[in-house]
Amino acid sequence: MAKLILSMDGLVLKEIPLSKERTTIGRKPHNDIQIDNLAVSGEHAVIVTILADSFLEDLGSTNGTCVNGKTVKKHFLQNNDVIELGKYKLKYISEAVPGAAKAADFEKTMILRPGAMRKPPEPPHPPAAAGAPPGHAPAAPVAAAGTPKSHADTQIGITAASVAAAAATPPAPPTPVRHAMLKLLSGANTGKELELTKPLTTLGKPGVQVAVITRRPQGFFITHVEGANKPIVNGKPIELQAHALNDHDIIELAGVKVEFFFKP
Amino acid sequence: MDLSQALEIVSHTDPGMVRSNNEDSVASLAEKGLAVLADGMGGYNAGEVASGMATTVLTTELRQLLEEHAPHELDPQSGKKAAQKMLQEQVAKVNTSIYQAAQSQPQYAGMGTTLVVVLFYDNKMMAAHIGDSRLYRMRGDEFSQVTKDHSLLQEQIDAGMLTKEQAKHSSNKNLVTRALGIDPAVEPEIHEYDTLPGDIYLLCSDGLSDMVSDDDIGMALQALGANLELAAQQLVQMANDNGGRDNVSVILIKILREFPAGHGLASKLFGWFR
Repeated sequence: MAKLILSMDGLVLKEIPLSKERTTIGRKPHNDIQIDNLAVSGEHAVIVTILADSFLEDLGSTNGTCVNGKTVKKHFLQNNDVIELGKYKLKYISEAVPGAAKAADFEKTMILRPGAMRKPPEPPHPPAAAGAPPGHAPAAPVAAAGTPKSHADTQIGITAASVAAAAATPPAPPTPVRHAMLKLLSGANTGKELELTKPLTTLGKPGVQVAVITRRPQGFFITHVEGANKPIVNGKPIELQAHALNDHDIIELAGVKVEFFFKP
Repeated sequence: MDLSQALEIVSHTDPGMVRSNNEDSVASLAEKGLAVLADGMGGYNAGEVASGMATTVLTTELRQLLEEHAPHELDPQSGKKAAQKMLQEQVAKVNTSIYQAAQSQPQYAGMGTTLVVVLFYDNKMMAAHIGDSRLYRMRGDEFSQVTKDHSLLQEQIDAGMLTKEQAKHSSNKNLVTRALGIDPAVEPEIHEYDTLPGDIYLLCSDGLSDMVSDDDIGMALQALGANLELAAQQLVQMANDNGGRDNVSVILIKILREFPAGHGLASKLFGWFR
C-alpha cells in the first residue's frame, strides 16, 4: 500500500498509509491528515487512491499545494514525490508489499468485475484533465472505488502491490551503449554519413531491394526485407535471418556500397 | 468466396522473456477472411484454456457459418449484416462455453480471455473486440489504433483523470473491464470498416502494446510492410528486447487487392446467362 511520510524541517512526524479511497488533508480536525498550521487551509487538499494509483488534488487552498517545487491543482503522484504545504512536507511512497507476488506476475491481465467498480460518471465538461474544476474531479474516483470491493480485493490486491514496484521505475527500453553510423562509399551521395538513431532503418529501393538495420540491446543487425538479391556484407550475401554487424563492415545493396561503423 | 488471394495473413506468438507459458492464442483462415486473437487470464494454465477455446471455437463455428451464409448479406429479421450477427452470436456462444467450463471445473475457476476478431468480406472488415487486445491499421503513412480498450486505464483516460502520456506510468495497467467467460453474458464491441488495398491490419495482445510504443510499431510496419513475416517477427522481437514481460502475439493482415462480393444467388444466376 502506498503511504505518505509527514515531516517538518527534516524531522519525520508521522507515516500515513493511504488506505482510504479519499484521504483529506487540512487544518480542521475532521481531516484524515490534520496539520494544525495557519499556512494550511481548513480543507487544503485531497488524495484520491484508485487501486495502486494516487491522485493529489488541491481543494482551492489559500496558499496552494506544491509537488516537487511546482504548484499543482491536480497531480498524478509518482513514487518519491514531495508534497509541500507551508513548512510541512509529505513524501509519497508507492510501496509494494514485499514478496506479495513474483516478478512473473507483474503484467498479468486481470478482469475487473463490473460490480466491483462502477463506471466513472461522464464528466460534465470535455475531459481536459488539467482544466477540470477541482471540485468535480474527485467525484469519479470516489464513485468508482465504491462499495462492493471485497470480492475483487484478492485479485486486485496482488496486482496492485506487485505492479507498484514495476511502476516505480518505468521500463526504459534498453539501448546499446554504442552509437553507430553508416557512410556511403559509392553513388551520388558518396561520403554522406547517417547516424542509426532509430530502432529500424531501411536501406535500398522499395520494390527493388530493401534491407533493414535494427538496433537491439545486443547490437545492430541487418535483415533482408524484399527483392531477389540479398544484401552483401563484406563480399558475401547474408542468409535469411538477421546478420549481426561489426565495426567497419561493408554492405552492398541495390548497387550502393555503405560502410557500417561505431561512433568513436 | 475464397479470400486467400486478396489477403495475406501472418501470425506470430511468443511467451515473452519472463513467463514460461503462453496464455495467448491466435488463429486465422485466409480463405474465409478471418483472424482471431485472444489473451487468456486465470490461474495455472486456465488462461491458455480460455484463449484456446475462444480461438478454436470461433474459427470452427465461423468457418461452418461462412459456408452457409454470405457475410455481406442482410439478415431479414434484424436488418443487420450477417457478419455482425454471426460474430455477435458466436462470441456469445464462446462466452457461455468458457463461463460454464469455469463454473463446473474447479481448476478453471475464474478463467477468462480478451478477444479481437476480424472478418473480411466485400471490401469491408467487421471487427469485434472485448478487453485490451487491440486492432491497429496502417493506411499509407498513417498508423492508428482502431479499437478502444475495455480497461480501467482507458476509462480513466476517457473521464479526463489521466492523459495518454500519464497512463504509461500508471500502476493500474492490465485491469480489463470486460472479458470473455467471466460473466454469463458479455457485450462485444462490433464495428464495420471499409478496407483499401495496401492496408495492413495488426491484431495484438497487450504484450506488444504495453512494451512497444505505437510510434515504434508504426515504424516497423512502415519499414517492413513489404515482408509481413519479417514484420511480425520484428514486432515480437521489439517487445522482447524491451523486456518482454508478457506473452506477445501479433496477427498481420495485408489487403493485396479488392475483394467485392458477388451479390447473392440472383447475381450468380444472372452470371450464368451472361
